[in-house]
Amino acid sequence: MSEGLYSMEAKDYDKTLDLTQIKPYGDTMNDGKTQLSFTLPVPAGDEAVEAAKQLMKKMGFENPLVVYSKELTAGFTFFNCYGSCSHTVDYTTIHVPKVESDTMDMHECDEYIREHIGRKIVVVGASTGTDAHTVGIDAIMNMKGYAGHYGLERYDMIEAYNLGSQVPNEEFIAKGIELKADALIVSQTVTQKDIHIKNLTELVEMLEAEGLRDKIILICGGPRISHELAKELGYDAGFGMNTYADDEASYIAQEMVRRGLK
Amino acid sequence: MQESKIGLDYAKVAHAREIARNIANQVQSFVDGYTTVAVERTVCRLLGIDGIDGNEVPLPNVVVDALKSSGQLGQGIAFYLGNAVVETGLTPQAVAEAVSRGELDITQLPLHKAGEIEAALQPYVAATIERIRGRRQRREHYIETIGEGSKPYLYIIVATGNIYEDVVQAQAGARQGADIIAVIRTTGQSLLDYVPYGATTEGFGGTFATQENFRIMRKALDEVGEEVGRYIRLCNYCSGLCMPEIAAMGALEGLDVMLNDALYGILFRDINMQRTLIDQYFSRIINGFAGVIINTGEDNYLTTADAYEEAHTVLASDFINEQLALQAGLPEEQQGLGHAFEMDPMLENGFLYELAQAQMLREIFPNAPLKYMPPTKFMTGNIFRGHIQDALFNIIGQWTHQGLQLLGMPTEAIHTPFMSDRYLSIENAKYIFNNMKDIGEEVEFKEGGIIRRRAKEVLDNATALLEQMENEGLFSALEKGIFANVKRPKNGGKGLDGVTRKGVNYFNPFVELMKGKK
Ligand code: B12
Repeated sequence: MSEGLYSMEAKDYDKTLDLTQIKPYGDTMNDGKTQLSFTLPVPAGDEAVEAAKQLMKKMGFENPLVVYSKELTAGFTFFNCYGSCSHTVDYTTIHVPKVESDTMDMHECDEYIREHIGRKIVVVGASTGTDAHTVGIDAIMNMKGYAGHYGLERYDMIEAYNLGSQVPNEEFIAKGIELKADALIVSQTVTQKDIHIKNLTELVEMLEAEGLRDKIILICGGPRISHELAKELGYDAGFGMNTYADDEASYIAQEMVRRGLK
Repeated sequence: MQESKIGLDYAKVAHAREIARNIANQVQSFVDGYTTVAVERTVCRLLGIDGIDGNEVPLPNVVVDALKSSGQLGQGIAFYLGNAVVETGLTPQAVAEAVSRGELDITQLPLHKAGEIEAALQPYVAATIERIRGRRQRREHYIETIGEGSKPYLYIIVATGNIYEDVVQAQAGARQGADIIAVIRTTGQSLLDYVPYGATTEGFGGTFATQENFRIMRKALDEVGEEVGRYIRLCNYCSGLCMPEIAAMGALEGLDVMLNDALYGILFRDINMQRTLIDQYFSRIINGFAGVIINTGEDNYLTTADAYEEAHTVLASDFINEQLALQAGLPEEQQGLGHAFEMDPMLENGFLYELAQAQMLREIFPNAPLKYMPPTKFMTGNIFRGHIQDALFNIIGQWTHQGLQLLGMPTEAIHTPFMSDRYLSIENAKYIFNNMKDIGEEVEFKEGGIIRRRAKEVLDNATALLEQMENEGLFSALEKGIFANVKRPKNGGKGLDGVTRKGVNYFNPFVELMKGKK
């Protein structure tokens, strides 16, 4: 067995949990044990292993261990490594921007809209740009919903229009105007080379140019979307993995009330 | 008659096949009356027209657009081009260049006799036929001399967006053991009504399919194939609005495998069904002649519909695709009919159902190099479980003798593959294929057991669906959302304005030649 993994002497550190200084946990508090893998553009050999270890040290790992390496093709070597992370973070001061609304179920949400807005909310959604993925937007909008959460089409107090995929931003906005949308919701799945950022930014710019940005609620979603990213791009909210129609419907309704959009 | 390991009733299989043939015949009787801009551009390419104008518009588009705007598309480009060759004595390429310079309107020239026109094109037709035949012989020669991998072929994708980076990834994959390299196309290319020109280095989620990119990758794979002592097949996407053009380009450049399925374009790219079924017919003729294995896209149905509930739609569609391919003269040995391992991994006995379906397809299409897709939809950020999902998939691939094993990547839910992802996946497959090599010959399936019952159920449901479709036709089935739970209107979607009825002078000099394999 590799001595590093089982070494006893390296354990002379403080083993009490301190939330202001947390680090990875292997099998002992504060051991910092981390597993990672990467490829370096060099041929396999002792120098390659040494390069991997030095890199790990620069990443802040003590006791770097290369437990497996393999040349994938001439000049590229893959490594599996372990190390003890020397960095810590202060968990107690972390602040993550989150969508600020309470998630209500479908009935509560319909009731809320009836009471506070007094009419149906119009929501227009699409997977825009060249993106052909529909499963995400369908999960949010289709009647049957996803993972036990009904979609927006099923809500009494929401008029939902799903434009499908590959919808150009221009067409999306035009449809939004035509249908008098209260909220525009966009799904983006392909993120290679940040294509989603370009596309989402373009939509915001076009809405601003049309003077519409303040009049509607603008939301984006997708597996690589976070609320923080959405905010940065000029959206009101962003929804990522494991979010459903009720999260979103609740947000739209409460945000409309907050902003006095009726 | 072959003996079924899962107790399939071959009379039922024959019945289902018969109905599928009727459905395909209905489609074909529609297709025969029409042509499209893409089909005509393909004829241009096959007659040797290539290159772009000052605005980067491909010359086949320039010529066909001119024909279309003078309202003569239905007469076909061969008729007017051949006539122009007779009249001017120029080559088709020179005619196209004159059209693009605005010096020539090929619809305004004095008309010559049909026989003369056909004769004028004859040398260009013959040259192309010879070139494609040469490509085919080159592949066969390679396989005879340096050999090839055993089935299931290991199929991997490269998708960097940059053809030169793709070459690095592809050669690495081949050295690790891949038999087929698919260069995934950039997002959005299927909706372009032209094929971009030249080598490209910018793409999203894939790389542009261009003739130059085909050439670059073919050369790279020949190099690495000689190095590793195995012929490495090259795969691309003959789908979207330029389906037959890509088939022609692939045939000219020695591609070996092509995704080629109208139903995929209709359901997942919203391409008009009439347009793409007409395009598909000619593209399959070309693929058939070029010895290219086509892949059909049934696996994709299971990304939007439930894999357990809708398994029979995959089988029904495979039956139809088989018949549509045969109509185009594409033999069973080149039919990579699609299916997938896409059930929810939490489903009890899911592995048994997947095994039943894979074995069933193997027995129903005994000569087809079935294309087996790995789990994608239920792959998550848990790459460790994902690697096991892929392992179960690989077990079935070996056990049931699939033809093309599309290797699943542990990082499927995250990004297009890294070099190391491909390595891990190839290692996974090779380990299993070797370790379980003869399991299919050793293990039998229990009489009345889960596996046999599942196969029967899927075949019965597929047959019922085919019967229903026979009455209403494929177009109406697609309008009703029978496949993938996606509904598409007959006159909706992209590309319908490029469809036209064939006129009295219409002829396509390649169809009969290629179908007859003369
Ligand atoms: C199914 C699928 C397809 C199907 C899509 C069918 C369809 N009609 O949607 C098909 C086969 C057509 C396909 C094609 C392609 N795909 Co695809 N596909 C997938 C797959 C397997 C699953 C995606 C999915 O359906 N997830 C399930 C849904 C429910 O999850 P979701 O989208 O995350 O949605 C949830 C949340 O994000 C959120 N949400 C999503 N949208 C929205 C919107 C709003 C407003 C809100 C509030 C919430 C929200 O709510 C949902 C429920 O919780 C993934 C791999 C994977 N396992 O993730 C690859 C994947 C997404 N595809 C990928 C690629 C590259 C492509 C192609 C570009 C490949 C190509 N070059 O041809 C093409 C697309 C071409 C194009 N023009 O877009 C890559 C993307 C890589 C990247 N990060 O950029 C992936 C990750 C696979 C991979 N590793 O390469 N694909």
